[in-house]
Amino acid sequence: MNTDIVPGVVAVVLVSIATLAIGTWGLRISRTTSDFFVASRTVRPRLNASAIGGEYLSAASFLGVAGLLLTFGAEMLWYPVGWTAGYLVLLVLVAAPLRRSGAYTLPDFAEARLGSRGVRKLCSVLVVGIGWLYLLPQFQGAGVTLRSTIGAPPWAGSLVVALVVLASVSPGGMRSITFVQAFQYWLKLTALLIPAFVLIAVWASDGAVDPTGAAPASWSIPLASPGGGIGLYTTYSLIVATFLGTMGLPHVVVRFYTNPDGRAARRTTLAVLALLGIFYVLPPLYGALGRIYAPDLADGRADVLVLELPQLMVPGLLGSMLTGLVTAGAFAAFLSTSSGLTIAVAGVLSQDVTGRRWGTRRLGGVAAFRVAAAIAVVVPLLMSLPAQDVAVARTVGLAFAVTASTFAPLLMLGIWWRGLTPRGAVAGLLVGGLGSGAAVAWTLATSSSTGWTAALLGQPAAWSVPASLATMVVVSRLTRASVPAHAGRFMVRLHTPEAVELERG
Amino acid sequence: MSDPPPPRVRVTGPPRRRADAVRSAGTREIDAETALGEVFMRSLLREQLMLAVRVLVALALTLGLLPLAFHVFPELGDVRVGPLPLAWLLLGVLTYPWLLLLGWFYLRRAEGHERDFADLVGTVLPDEDAGS
Repeated sequence: MNTDIVPGVVAVVLVSIATLAIGTWGLRISRTTSDFFVASRTVRPRLNASAIGGEYLSAASFLGVAGLLLTFGAEMLWYPVGWTAGYLVLLVLVAAPLRRSGAYTLPDFAEARLGSRGVRKLCSVLVVGIGWLYLLPQFQGAGVTLRSTIGAPPWAGSLVVALVVLASVSPGGMRSITFVQAFQYWLKLTALLIPAFVLIAVWASDGAVDPTGAAPASWSIPLASPGGGIGLYTTYSLIVATFLGTMGLPHVVVRFYTNPDGRAARRTTLAVLALLGIFYVLPPLYGALGRIYAPDLADGRADVLVLELPQLMVPGLLGSMLTGLVTAGAFAAFLSTSSGLTIAVAGVLSQDVTGRRWGTRRLGGVAAFRVAAAIAVVVPLLMSLPAQDVAVARTVGLAFAVTASTFAPLLMLGIWWRGLTPRGAVAGLLVGGLGSGAAVAWTLATSSSTGWTAALLGQPAAWSVPASLATMVVVSRLTRASVPAHAGRFMVRLHTPEAVELERG
Repeated sequence: MSDPPPPRVRVTGPPRRRADAVRSAGTREIDAETALGEVFMRSLLREQLMLAVRVLVALALTLGLLPLAFHVFPELGDVRVGPLPLAWLLLGVLTYPWLLLLGWFYLRRAEGHERDFADLVGTVLPDEDAGS
């Protein structure tokens, strides 16, 4: 491992330089505050879809999925399937109305729809909490990557990612990051695709060994581990979390506002669906090949499978080059997702915390954003230092359970039901947020236990989402008198095509 | 870099014409929140929501039934299509084109509904004005 650090170092340095260079180039056309936050809402569907894909495909997708497939088999195929199907649910339920709402962040949407500062504040707290929960595994994954490829101490990778993200987000904001993230989608795809061709060729010339031969029987059954009722519950709960959780991810919502109109928002989402489908065919290949060539990684080091498989299967220079390529892809994954989350969290913090008057001083819009970005990065960085050994995809899965239990009900009811009241929304957000949040905290604190309690707390979405939805509906019905007066007008804004001239409130 | 800085750009929304004379009857009904305007809005919302529900039901009846199928018939785990176990083929490959197909179907229908809505409320109907 100590002789072959060159490709890894070269890859990390090149990706970092490319990211900063594209960000700087984007800076030249990023002039107004509107550019800074929302790229002036002129991003075309194709570019925007690449950017969303680049932002969305995180360390969990690039490293985590293949590792989980190696260890657990077909049950883990539900992660990539759910992360893609989440965009279909988002497309049919929220894409166009969310863009038409004119909201930049989820708190903006809540305030505009419900006309309540209280709901806004609660949503801000949730966005920051979810953003940090999602940033944590990105930084951890970066630590794992650098330790595996260049033997650096685990904190080094986290620190490099944090610094590059800050350097690329702070100067140019949304406009420049759009190009960076679009570039990073194609880099990630290439970084898995080209090695995959080589590895399949090697596998075929080795006599095309059957990967399931060496695997336990449960490897080809798409149900969670213990099987039986618990397995069925866990699988369906994961499906609920990923299918609904996507629409509530703060960094995804921010990107929707950069679409020119609702129709473009839909087309962007459909293009994202295609891009994700192409990408997610690849990690299972690595998982299956890993069964044959790297079965011992399954015990505890599965996250490095994608990084180490090329070296294990292809000796010599070609293997080193492929390792460099997958390292570059993994690093792009950390950078793009972390940048997107940093922008989302910083957007909320700069509106509600750093942009406020502190004593006699008050920071301007862009300065407040930069301070907020620093806070958004430093907190999860510190949190990631003590805990380095949680499976990356699992932590991300927990973040999905929280968004599915909080923002998904708020968006679905807020967009399709006039009767939602501020108090109903607050009650539902609290029930869903506290319920799923407590379950997540319990799961992160006590690793690996079995039985119904562990299943219910490890995958809370199947009960916390209905609980949150039901609370919102029941409390809204009880406080019927406080339905916002502008609800009807807001529905006109959400659902009518922009071409029709209407009063939109 | 001695160029003068670029001029400030004022960011505004698309221009809105306010002259009621060129506006259609339907949009005026919706703006005034009359019973008729309410009917227009409700029918648009209902159509779009029913379309969304249809797509989600199609998703639930295909992808959503897979775990149950494998739970009830565990022997499906031994079924192979060529070199691939059935579960890996379905979830690893075939799901993605299916999701894309559902999304494409939704997009076409949703845009169609919006065109119908725009035709319904957006067109100026001279004889209706004369009649009422």
